[in-house]
Amino acid sequence: MTAPAQSLLHIEDLVLHFKTSRGVVQAVDGVDFDLGVKRAVVILGESGCGKTSLSRALLRLLPRNVEKYSGKVVLQGTDVMELSDEEYRTSVRWVSMSLVPQAAMNSLNPVLTVGDQVAEPAMVHLGLNREDALGVVSKMFKHVGIPNDFMERYPFELSGGMRQRVALAMALVTSPGLIVLDEPTSALDLLTQANIMNVLKRLKHELGTSFILITHDIATSSELADEVAIMYAGQIVETGCARDFFPAPLHPYSQMLMASVPRLHSDTDPMFILGQPPSLMNPPKGCRFAARCPFRFEKCSEEPPVFRKGNRSIKCWLHA
Amino acid sequence: MNIPVQYFSHEGLTALSILDEQDEFKPVESLLSIRDLHVWYELRRFGFGRAGHVKAVDGVSFELAHGETIAVVGESGCGKSSLMKTILGLHPPTSGELIFEGEKISIFSDAALQEYRFGIGYVQQDPYGALPPFMNVEKILEEPLVISGVKDRTERDRRIRRAMTEVKLHPVEDFLHKFPHMLSGGQQQRVVIARAMILDPKMIVADEPVSMLDASVRVEILKLLHTLQERYHLSVLYITHDLSTVKYFSARIFVMYAGLLVEKAETRKLLEHPLHPYTLALLAATSDPDARNSEVYRELPSGEPPSLVNPPKGCRFHPRCSRAMSGLCDKEAPPEFEPEPNHFVACWLYE
Repeated sequence: MTAPAQSLLHIEDLVLHFKTSRGVVQAVDGVDFDLGVKRAVVILGESGCGKTSLSRALLRLLPRNVEKYSGKVVLQGTDVMELSDEEYRTSVRWVSMSLVPQAAMNSLNPVLTVGDQVAEPAMVHLGLNREDALGVVSKMFKHVGIPNDFMERYPFELSGGMRQRVALAMALVTSPGLIVLDEPTSALDLLTQANIMNVLKRLKHELGTSFILITHDIATSSELADEVAIMYAGQIVETGCARDFFPAPLHPYSQMLMASVPRLHSDTDPMFILGQPPSLMNPPKGCRFAARCPFRFEKCSEEPPVFRKGNRSIKCWLHA
Repeated sequence: MNIPVQYFSHEGLTALSILDEQDEFKPVESLLSIRDLHVWYELRRFGFGRAGHVKAVDGVSFELAHGETIAVVGESGCGKSSLMKTILGLHPPTSGELIFEGEKISIFSDAALQEYRFGIGYVQQDPYGALPPFMNVEKILEEPLVISGVKDRTERDRRIRRAMTEVKLHPVEDFLHKFPHMLSGGQQQRVVIARAMILDPKMIVADEPVSMLDASVRVEILKLLHTLQERYHLSVLYITHDLSTVKYFSARIFVMYAGLLVEKAETRKLLEHPLHPYTLALLAATSDPDARNSEVYRELPSGEPPSLVNPPKGCRFHPRCSRAMSGLCDKEAPPEFEPEPNHFVACWLYE
């Protein structure tokens, strides 16, 4: 079933460090992963592990205090890191990769109708005129489940779930092959959240869009995931196919993280992880999880390389 | 590509063992009783003339016993915050009664209302927003003691230290002089809990106490609340939208929809054998991490919760309900039925 899918995105050693008055924050520190066409990868991690910085690094939406930004991001065969900012803007962002930022539903422009603001990326990036763009918008609204007469409405006239759908339609309007979703459902109600996940599933099957879903909500993430990548302190510590990962995570951090999820349909007592993630300012040498890991041994004071096990990879000495 | 639709069924649920010790709900002397509570907010048009009311809580009744834990589950806008604020004494009820330890609260004087508030601890949803940024932990915990009239400094200090040990903020010296921004999310929530506990309340109102926290910390805080509840025999009103955390904490669950409690039952009963179509929908939308989830669409009610200004006639869920019976559900509001002992549901299906 999971034959090596056509590669859409290949990330190698992506690094994003920020300069602050107190030192360098290593928000994204050597991230590698691959994503196939029509696949969804979920990047799971706790707050402060660098998830959002990773999405910023992918879309090159960088703040001014960047210290180091390097690595390889190969999208559909071209290394987009080589492009100049202007080339990136015209040929990558929105065109082949778009972002639904965190709290997107609150980032809509209050003085424009939702139809007009969703049309804007299509007009700017695809050079369509307003009528054609609105035609595309109405098609996308159908895909995400917004009634067509909502085009003339303003954001304040819509509920949270509808506004989130508008943000999703905006990311879709240029028909990119890849959409990065940063916590797309975290501020929504339970039923609305499940509804949005249904919409995303449908988009994946009907339009063949690939997704990078960045979230801390493990249960909801499994609604969309084909692959899973676990992020801890700026690094990806485990990747694998969702079918293999959810029943049996391998890295000690992933195992403990999964054990901390309260479950409706099981009576195991959830566990918690003692201690706190390390500061990204001065991350510990060696394995970054070692201080909280019940399985640590001498080897853990050296940085573990990424070990491969079939199509899974684990950054842990236990799997050497 | 064809994707099957997953329907929710009772068979999918396995036994829960977490709350075995408090499984049986025994009615004991109640600490708080709420009788036909209404909280309405007036809508005005351009500052004059009434334009109607937002009926946030529209006839809610229940009893909370000493040492009992109840979860109120509902989506945003269902009125659970208004219910909570009224119970905390922060908002007057439009009509109905609040009876705390046998005394009616609405007729209280200011002093009595203050006394009532001292008896209830409040754990807020967002710990960072709930803690004043310019006060250190010691000051934050001292303030309620000063206001409630604990004059002796050493006594205050003793109680601050005790509360901090209670919530496992130790060594105490390391935390006393820290400001909220220097603490992690979990530690901030511990300070909030310590503040709620410092006046030795009889009851705690916890408003989504873990929804802002990370998965690994969430369980830690829930366990802490559970330990404190058992140790001090506290009554707890746990307000949440997350059904998967409820069973670790509450003996009974109330499901709230559009200003009304639509189903009330013991936790295990409600999760294993839910009756109200809305409860079924909530359970169907709650997922456990499982790779198979991505292969099915979830069956969900269409539409959105109704406006509380003009709620639908009859049952308030009927426009979204797949089992609505025309001529009944859209005409008359269902009263509360008791199809099984201690399992109440406001739905015509169980007449």
